[in-house]
Amino acid sequence: MKSAKFEHRQTESLNEALSLLGSADGETRVLGGGQSLGPMMNLRLAQPDQLIDLSSVDGLDEILVDGDHLHIGARVTHARIEDGGVPGVTGEYMKFVAAGISYRSVRNRGTIGGSVAHADPAADWPSALLALGGDVLVAGQDGERRVSLDGFQIGPFATGLGYDEILIGFVLPVLGRNASTGYYKVNRKPGEFADAIGAVVVGENARVICGATKSAPFRVSAVEEKLSSGGTELSVGEAREMITAHDPGFDDYELQIHGVALSRAVGRAFA
Amino acid sequence: MSKLSVKINGEDVSAEVEPRLSLADFIRDHRRLTGTHLGCEHGVCGACTILMNGEPIRSCITFAVIANGTEITTIEGFDDDEPMEQLRKAFHEHHALQCGYCTPGMLVAARDIVMRLPEADEERVRLELAGNLCRCTGYVGIVNAILAVLNNRLA
Repeated sequence: MKSAKFEHRQTESLNEALSLLGSADGETRVLGGGQSLGPMMNLRLAQPDQLIDLSSVDGLDEILVDGDHLHIGARVTHARIEDGGVPGVTGEYMKFVAAGISYRSVRNRGTIGGSVAHADPAADWPSALLALGGDVLVAGQDGERRVSLDGFQIGPFATGLGYDEILIGFVLPVLGRNASTGYYKVNRKPGEFADAIGAVVVGENARVICGATKSAPFRVSAVEEKLSSGGTELSVGEAREMITAHDPGFDDYELQIHGVALSRAVGRAFA
Repeated sequence: MSKLSVKINGEDVSAEVEPRLSLADFIRDHRRLTGTHLGCEHGVCGACTILMNGEPIRSCITFAVIANGTEITTIEGFDDDEPMEQLRKAFHEHHALQCGYCTPGMLVAARDIVMRLPEADEERVRLELAGNLCRCTGYVGIVNAILAVLNNRLA
C-alpha cells in the first residue's frame, strides 16, 4: 500500500511541462490533484517512472464566461464547482455532479481536468461533461488544439490525448434558462465510484449519456430522439431497450442498473 | 530525493524526502506526529484526514512533496481551536468514539462540517461523514456530537 519509486518533477510553466513530457524516458504521468492516480499508485496498479506536477503552472484554474461559452481550467477542483464556482444553469448542473464525487476531503484536491484525462469509466466528469457537450482544450509542443468531447474518451483509461500532450481545460456551453438537466448515479454508498450513470441535458438539443460502463460513456440516440420530440419520461423498460441497441455488452443486472440510472436521470431533468 | 519545506502546526519544517513518501508517513514517521492514523491507504477510510491550507485532505494519497509550501494542521495542532474544543467536549459527552482509531480523521471532518455547513441537519451530517469510516460506534454518537456543536453555535 505504498507507491513504487518515481521521480517528481515540479514544473513552473506549461512549456516546461510539455518539453519534459515530450522528452521523457519510461512511463510518465501528468499529476493534477492526484486523487485517482494517488490511490492507484499506492495500490501499485500504476507505477509511473516520473510524475510531472502541474500545481505551480499558472493559468489552469480559471472559470470564465465568454458569450455563450464557459471556459473551465483543468485544475479547477470539484469542491470549487460544488461551492458554486461555475455560474448559471450549466453551473447548477455541474454543482450537483461535483457534490456527489467522492468525499469533501477528496473534492478539495481532485480536479475536473484530471478526472477526464484519467478517464476512469466509473468517474463522474467523463459522463457528465459528455452530456453537456463541448470541447477539450489540449496543449502540445506545437500549440493548442480543441477536441470535441464526443469521442475524446476512447476506452477505459484511454483518451485522444497524445503521449506528449496535456489537457488544459474545457469549453462548455452556457445552458439557457429553459434547459433541463438530470444526473443520476447508482452506487452502494455516497461517494463511491459509480456502478451506473445516467446523464441528461436538454438544451437546444438533447444529449443523453449512459456512463460507468465497461468502456467509454456513450450517447443513447433513441432516448435523445424521444426527448428532442417533447418526451419527458422514460420507463426503465424503455431505457433498457434503448441502451441494448448500442450493444454495450451488459449482463442483465448491468442493463437493469443502467436502465434505472437513465430513467431516473430523465425523471430528475423533468421533475 | 526532493526538498520539502512545509509548516506543520505552526512550525516551519524542512526535509529531504523520497517522492514516493506519503504525507501521512512523513507526518507520522519523520515528524513523530502519530495522531494522524492510517487505515486503508487509498483514500477511502478517512482516518488520515488533515488540513492543508485550512481544507481537509487525505494525507495517505497525497505525496509529501506535494505539500511543499503549504500549511498543514494535524490533530495535534488544534489545542487552541475553538470549534475543535467544542467538538472534543461533545465527542466525550456523546460517547462518539470507542476504539478511537477513526477519531482524528473524524474530528477533522467534523470541524469542516461545523465551519462549512453551519445549518447542516442530521441527514446532511451523515452524508458528509460518508467518507470517514467508523467500525465501532454505528455513528449515532458521532452524529449526535456534531449536531450538538452545530446547535450550540447557532444558538
